[in-house]
Amino acid sequence: MILKKISHAVCMSFLCIGIATHAAVVPEGVKLDKEQRLIRGNGSEPASIDPQKIEGTPGSAIARDLFEGLVSNAQDGSVIPGVAERWDVSKDKMVYTFHLRKDAHWSNGDPVTAEDFVYAFQRGVDPKLASNYAWYFELAAIKNAGAIINGKEDRSKLGVKAVDGHTFQVTLEKPLPYFVKMMVHTTTYPVPKKVVEKLGSQWTRPGKMVSNGAFKLKSWVVNEKIVLERNAEYWDNKHTVLNEVVFLPIQERNAELDRYRANEVYLTYERLPIEQFKRIKKEMADELHITSQASTYYYSFYTRKKPFDDVKVRKALSLAINREVITDKILGMGQLPTFNLTPANIDGFKAPENNIAKLSQKERNEMAKKLLAEAGYSKDKPLSFTLLYNTDDNHKKIAVAIASMWKKTLGAKVSLENQEWKTYLDNKRLGNFQVARAGWNGDYNEASTMLDLMTSKNSLNDPKYNNPEYDQLLVNAVKAENPGEFYLKAEQLLARDVPIAPIYHDVTARLVKPFVGGYHNQDPLNNIYSKDYYIIKH
Amino acid sequence: MLKLIMRRLVIAVPTLLILIAISFFLMHSAPGSPFTSERALPAEVLANIEAKYHLNEPVWKQFFIYLGNLLQGDLGPSFKYKDYTVNELLAQAFPVSAKLGIASFVVAVLFGVTFGVVAAIRQNTWIDYTSMTVAMTGVVIPNFVLAPLMVLIFAIMYRWLPAGGWNDGQFKYMILPVIAMATHYIAAIARITRGSMIEVLNSNYIRTARAKGLPGGYIIFRHALRPTLLPVVSYLGPAFVGIITGSVVIETIFNIGGVGQLFVNGALNRDYSMVMGLTILIGVLTISFNAIVDILYGLIDPKIRYA
Repeated sequence: MILKKISHAVCMSFLCIGIATHAAVVPEGVKLDKEQRLIRGNGSEPASIDPQKIEGTPGSAIARDLFEGLVSNAQDGSVIPGVAERWDVSKDKMVYTFHLRKDAHWSNGDPVTAEDFVYAFQRGVDPKLASNYAWYFELAAIKNAGAIINGKEDRSKLGVKAVDGHTFQVTLEKPLPYFVKMMVHTTTYPVPKKVVEKLGSQWTRPGKMVSNGAFKLKSWVVNEKIVLERNAEYWDNKHTVLNEVVFLPIQERNAELDRYRANEVYLTYERLPIEQFKRIKKEMADELHITSQASTYYYSFYTRKKPFDDVKVRKALSLAINREVITDKILGMGQLPTFNLTPANIDGFKAPENNIAKLSQKERNEMAKKLLAEAGYSKDKPLSFTLLYNTDDNHKKIAVAIASMWKKTLGAKVSLENQEWKTYLDNKRLGNFQVARAGWNGDYNEASTMLDLMTSKNSLNDPKYNNPEYDQLLVNAVKAENPGEFYLKAEQLLARDVPIAPIYHDVTARLVKPFVGGYHNQDPLNNIYSKDYYIIKH
Repeated sequence: MLKLIMRRLVIAVPTLLILIAISFFLMHSAPGSPFTSERALPAEVLANIEAKYHLNEPVWKQFFIYLGNLLQGDLGPSFKYKDYTVNELLAQAFPVSAKLGIASFVVAVLFGVTFGVVAAIRQNTWIDYTSMTVAMTGVVIPNFVLAPLMVLIFAIMYRWLPAGGWNDGQFKYMILPVIAMATHYIAAIARITRGSMIEVLNSNYIRTARAKGLPGGYIIFRHALRPTLLPVVSYLGPAFVGIITGSVVIETIFNIGGVGQLFVNGALNRDYSMVMGLTILIGVLTISFNAIVDILYGLIDPKIRYA
């Protein structure tokens, strides 16, 4: 009973946040422009805009405007109600019941029902649809997700149920404290069952697509633009100010910057050209918005082969990287140097006290030299290896700098090898590397989104780090009331065993025109929603 | 003539088949697959996807499945753009590239031939030097330098023209991409025309025409221009295919949804069906235009006759 009260109170507080911040709030005295049209740079052509077929950020960015899931993100990254106005959890934390708002409608006027969510979730794991993100439902521990993906169970056996038209229930295989947080992901968005069943893969076309977000699809020219228009059926349409949102798939950062300067893009994608950054900072300081991201850039050591099976070698190399040079001199956008895999801005994560971080680089270099000597390397027998990265100017600059640090401090002979993206991924996965660049952006705002990477069975564990103690810590964290201490210990193990050398935590660097109101994104996952914005008269 | 066309057609079929086979097996032997991603997919998810696209079959079997579909005009689903088939994507992108290409081609031929002829007639005068300097500049400045430079001047500084976009090929959206694309060809055509014209002007029959007292303009247009254009035409055939099947540089800089972007992204994404579809499209166009050039040759120069 008490639990129910608490969860109700929590839900109510979420609801308040929702009303307060999750819509465009135009301050008094601000004059709105006649043309309420936002033009956004969107990185590249989306692979799909069908929630369960989306892969990658460009598709998700559009889906966040077209659809609304159970929950959303406020601009500070916190989870707020979406179609679900509240939810409660069973005592054993295995059953989540979402109460859907009765005024939520699809753009064709039909109500958004629990049945639509059931259909979407089942679709996500259906081997016939073969979604790239099917694993996400398994990660979210939804009952039978794994078995259905494997083809051992029918999709109807998934742990989801429409209790009634507006009550959606999810049963888990094990308690998962961050389950609700995981529901901000676009792959969990609802789709209109009737429309998808009738039109099949054609349902995402302009004129046919039906969606439940603040906007609906107006037109789509592949590799040129996707235009969305206001959805009058959206439950909170009265708070939407924009009438139109245009997404431009501009791949080249310099081209995007040109379009921005020519007033043809109002809000850029996530990155700016590094070689122009100083100028941007000087000339457009007011329009530049830097947000720290749940993202880490690191180097992986292949721990299964010599010389990187020796922790002393790995540690020496990690110590000898002068991270401030990378973040301040090479990148200079506000990236944070780090010795941890998990960024400090992740919800509920407290970074461990790190003695190494407190040392000066000179002291670290001394330690590194000593360690490498202990590992048996010297001037006559220098450490020599290849550093692999995927072809990209920024990765190259960083690799060149770090290789020269290793050479200068440790006398290591480093050859650099760059490979095109898919070749690089393949080689990394097969263990055809010695040291390789890697990076990861969190999928949800919780430390396990990063720390899971180094568990022995994770497909992203390129170093092939295998420590049962580490694996157990992450298993325990899921069950724990306060998982923070387990995460802390996991980070300490990584610092001890050094399968990776964390280098920095990344930022989102974005230009926003002064006449775009409402932008104050602080979300570490960088999930932004156009409906929060408005165009000021200019 | 009919015989020539028939013979071309008979050769075209095996040529295309070889092209398709080589591209298919090369594409499939590249490291990585369409579904290689940073987060390697769990084995069971990958198995489901591969089954959906027949990637679980041996490559030779996939090849025959592909050929079978191709015979029915089906280029398959795009492996990357899940909401579209390759046929749909090509139907959307090819007209865009073709419009941009044909406009650039017309501009390139008009200016190129004019510059070349004028330079040849006024050989070794300031007119010749100026037009050839401009032509050389056009050849050596790559369009990835020229295009952003024009954007900087005309779109950012003066705001006369848009910096990008296509909007169904509205005139103002076409100007900068067409200039950026045509410049290189203008330069090349001008140089070829000039060289060829000078050679023709020094030939005996032109000297005879001059001796007969024919007016200069008449000699140029009636007697000299046709043979001058022979090397130009043999350059233009393949160039035309290149120009209408899109330029990745121009399309990327100006954010135009043409074939060039599809091709490069297709290769990077290992979008097998997309790359195959484009290879076939470009293959068919190349074979066709080479045939057209051969026919044009016969028309321009009666000395060249194909049995």
